Amino acid sequence: MTSTSTLSRRGTGGIGPVAISAVVVAGICVLPLLVILATATESGLGVAAQQVFRPRVGELLGNTVSLVLVTTTACVVVGVGAAWLVERTELPAARWWRLALVAPLAVPAFVNAYAWVSLRPSLTGLGGAALITTLSYTPFVFLPVAALLRGLDSRWEDSARSLGLGAWGTFAKIVLPQVRPALLGGALLVALHLLAEFGVLAMLRFPTFTTAILDQYEAAFDTTAGSVLATVLMVLTALVLTGERFARGRVSLARIGSGVRVQPQRVPLGRWAGPAIVGLTTWVLLSLGVPLYAVGHWLGAGGTPILSPALLGALSSTVGLALTAGVLTTVAAFPVALLLHRRRTLLTESIERITYFASSLPGVVVALALVTVAIRWIGPLYQTPFLLVIAYAILFIPRAMVSIRAALAQAPGGLLEAARSLGDSPWRATRRVLLPLIAPGLLSGFAMVFLATCVELTATLLLAPTGTTTLATGFWAASDSLDYGVAAPYALMMILVSAPLTWLLLSNSTKDTR
Amino acid sequence: MSELKAEGIVAGHGATTVLHGVDLTVPAGSTTAILGPSGCGKTTLLRVIAGFHRPDAGRVVVADRDVFGAGLNIAPEHRGLGYVAQEGALFPHLSVADNITFGLRRGDPGRATRLTELLDLVGLPREVAGRSPDQLSGGQQQRVALARALARRPRVVLLDEPFSSLDAGLRASTRRAVADALAAEGVTVLMVTHDQDEALSFADQIVVMDAGRILQAGSPLDVYTAPADRVTAGFLGDLVTVVGRAHDGRVESALGTHATDSAAEGAVEVALRPEQIVLHSADQPGIRTGAFGTVRHCDYFGHDALVHVALDDGSEIAARLGAGGQVPRTGERVTASVTGSVLTYPL
Repeated sequence: MTSTSTLSRRGTGGIGPVAISAVVVAGICVLPLLVILATATESGLGVAAQQVFRPRVGELLGNTVSLVLVTTTACVVVGVGAAWLVERTELPAARWWRLALVAPLAVPAFVNAYAWVSLRPSLTGLGGAALITTLSYTPFVFLPVAALLRGLDSRWEDSARSLGLGAWGTFAKIVLPQVRPALLGGALLVALHLLAEFGVLAMLRFPTFTTAILDQYEAAFDTTAGSVLATVLMVLTALVLTGERFARGRVSLARIGSGVRVQPQRVPLGRWAGPAIVGLTTWVLLSLGVPLYAVGHWLGAGGTPILSPALLGALSSTVGLALTAGVLTTVAAFPVALLLHRRRTLLTESIERITYFASSLPGVVVALALVTVAIRWIGPLYQTPFLLVIAYAILFIPRAMVSIRAALAQAPGGLLEAARSLGDSPWRATRRVLLPLIAPGLLSGFAMVFLATCVELTATLLLAPTGTTTLATGFWAASDSLDYGVAAPYALMMILVSAPLTWLLLSNSTKDTR
Repeated sequence: MSELKAEGIVAGHGATTVLHGVDLTVPAGSTTAILGPSGCGKTTLLRVIAGFHRPDAGRVVVADRDVFGAGLNIAPEHRGLGYVAQEGALFPHLSVADNITFGLRRGDPGRATRLTELLDLVGLPREVAGRSPDQLSGGQQQRVALARALARRPRVVLLDEPFSSLDAGLRASTRRAVADALAAEGVTVLMVTHDQDEALSFADQIVVMDAGRILQAGSPLDVYTAPADRVTAGFLGDLVTVVGRAHDGRVESALGTHATDSAAEGAVEVALRPEQIVLHSADQPGIRTGAFGTVRHCDYFGHDALVHVALDDGSEIAARLGAGGQVPRTGERVTASVTGSVLTYPL
């Protein structure tokens, strides 16, 4: 038995099944982008331009941009400050603060908005939107920055001090440059979430592109006008991604040399301990206490049984969808992650960029594109769970990829080759050696996607088949009609579902820096 | 008869070419070491032979069977080669026993016997079979990797820097155990290394490689005492060079007049090993042969010492002193003379 391949390039492997699957996955991921562009420009560029250059679009642009600027800045300031307090000072009970500062991730932003609005209906506009999104999204900055600060090798700081730099100088010249990639990564995540946010902003009546696209679609089922707005939103997404890439620059943070990592000394807080604790406590009360109190309050006031048949129905369809999406997304992410791990060529780089960009698009864009595809070209797909699951897969494939790639990177090199030299075919070697080794990564990727799907609102609103209610859409229907008591059990359920995610993220970030 | 042959191998990574037409023959039953600095292409050559790296041109023959050539590229698992990677590449999720028997068929009734046979062969106690690889020392891991590669009784085993990750104490004993196991199995061995001591002591054929080309192939004694060129000579050990003038089989330099086998005439570079230089104290009466010089400094290694001497004509030389010899002090006046024949390379 000999296997010959004339297609293979220089180096190992060739255009095998892995590369083909990866290209197919990337193709599906990029589909929404192409569909939106095609729909937006189908009546000609002139018409599209007319639809873009309107006062209404200007207003949406102003709202979207100012919200992104205000909230991202606030998240960075609070996130970095809190991370420094927790990881580098003698703050008492640092582990508990770490948990309390990450925990708001368990409360979906639109549940947080519901909590605030139900207690304080006057909360609207940019101020309210910025307050609630900052409370909800600060963990995106806190988590990576804290992980980095915790893992930072203090030998660099020691060397800087010994070279005559003061404490502040060391922070500015040594610590900050190293924190920058984590900080920018967190800020990017906040900005992308803001561009995609629908629930919070609809509830606070603060229109952005995302809410406008949904309004347009629900009012008129007009996918062309929606596509024009979605194109502008895609441009904004591309700008945010490019900006982050540009700001990140070419910093190399590889640890040079081996040796044991030295745990940094913690800074004594002295008389600042009191203000620091008061500040952090206030933050935790606002970001975690308020939503928990509100949900508890409405659960008690609602008078409805917590486990109603409607809720159980929503729970079971949510779990069904999330299981399917989790499996499908993990299976789709595997060949892409494997290809990227194996070698870096123009093809793999393009696949990485394409899936990354496509998955950074707001849920509303992806959903609108799939609706368009179903309505115009593949009628039978319209209003099917299949289409919804595809949308979840496109949106959440990076979450699975991150886990799988981390697991692949951890697997020692040369194992597949060793298995090949012992007589295994490529597929058999993958099954016997690679899959058992990266199983935890696959599982954690699956869990990430599963949990994200459970609380997805925007794409689900657009794509869920009539009669299918998920936890998020059930909650939305109730709170939209100001039925806060009915919404409360759904909110509780989503918080309970998200709690393991929070734990998973926290333990992943602690593991990385061990 | 050759067990392994590579002809005209051209290979590279992306746009850079790493191997520029390499020819290599490994005689049956021999142990051949490819010696060269990092980045010379020796590991790529090994990977081409193993089938992990597809060359752009060339032919590979294993046990009289073509495994790579025009329109032919046999997959690594069908080449019948054993392969031991750097640091062993043991499967971390499998026990030592499962690692060793990985390549044997599951239903094979001889599995258990072969396992104990292999453990004995590489000198590992049978208790380690149930352990996981991370419970073993680096040297033990390397022995398991070898046992695993030998399990399917390959006729040729490829070793990629098998001892480089081990510390000095473990290296010699592991090398000995590996060499014994390979000899007992009677396999042909091709090893890649950048360590000349390892190559010289382990192999019966040395292939010196640099910048993707083979410079010389021959027995350890041949390549050490008669390196084909200056670069090869430098790889194989410390080298002392002075300028000289050659004529008719003799060469004159600051160190005196010596016999040389090289055919070069006129201005030449005279090269010799530090152990060929004998130092005497200049104060000692009766010694008037050799070149006068001053001791600059001395690298003391315990088992021997390298004495750096500045000759009065400005040349810098180094002499190796055995453990018994008196180590001269810095600044001491000495005379240096040469034993044996020297190498000359045209300037």
